[in-house]
Amino acid sequence: MLTAGPTPPVQPDEWEFSVETEKGQTSRWSWDEMHALGVDDIEIDIHCVTHWSRLGMNWRGVSLDKIFAQVTTSSDYVMAHSYGGYTTNIPLDELLDGRAWIAFEADGRPLTAEHGGPARLLVPHLYFWKSAKWVRGLRMMEREQPGFWESNGYSIHGDPWKEERYW
Amino acid sequence: MTHIDGNAMSGVLSELLTVEPTTARSRCANCGDVAALAMALVYPDAAGWVARCRACHEVLATVVRGDGRTWLSLRGMTAIELER
Ligand SMILES: [Zn+2]
Repeated sequence: MLTAGPTPPVQPDEWEFSVETEKGQTSRWSWDEMHALGVDDIEIDIHCVTHWSRLGMNWRGVSLDKIFAQVTTSSDYVMAHSYGGYTTNIPLDELLDGRAWIAFEADGRPLTAEHGGPARLLVPHLYFWKSAKWVRGLRMMEREQPGFWESNGYSIHGDPWKEERYW
Repeated sequence: MTHIDGNAMSGVLSELLTVEPTTARSRCANCGDVAALAMALVYPDAAGWVARCRACHEVLATVVRGDGRTWLSLRGMTAIELER
């Protein structure tokens, strides 16, 4: 749903995902290394802030639990960064316990660039602007700071069940 | 230097914020390019509108509308020239 600029062209063979901790330590995964962590089949509902939902979508991706099993951090907040510069903020505990993925496929097909491919963040229990397209990494934050749309009118949290759309 | 209440600026702001945005020129905070807002590259998407600098493609401005409200950010501009 979010373009916010030209669609950044990223090929899987040049795609890389990183997590940078508050101590400046960076862990990196190539496309193949990410897939080797183990890809889940995911059936979820997604909720767009513009009042539509899609129920029972099938996605495939790597759970962020598997990524954070390899990261040591004491920070509670995360800023997701995308190719193209988009950012969105999410509390770390909302990315864990099987609630968030780095997703590569939807409805049996690789994600197109238009839909955030080759990989996007998938956080289905929050509004879909949090599911950052073209994700390239996460940066740990010791305090909550707003990402791109959160700075410009959208809710810092974005829970669809509480209708947290805007400030 | 002491500051005064923000209300002191409300008169001049309410006069200035009726600007004709297509001809108003702004300077990009990232690269310094000066151009009319009409020259910006605008990307409308589901979340809101994003205007980017024609020269460096950094974000100049965003507009978000929802719940009967509007949020305007001009964070990527150092200043806007108004014909007043
Ligand atoms: Zn510029």
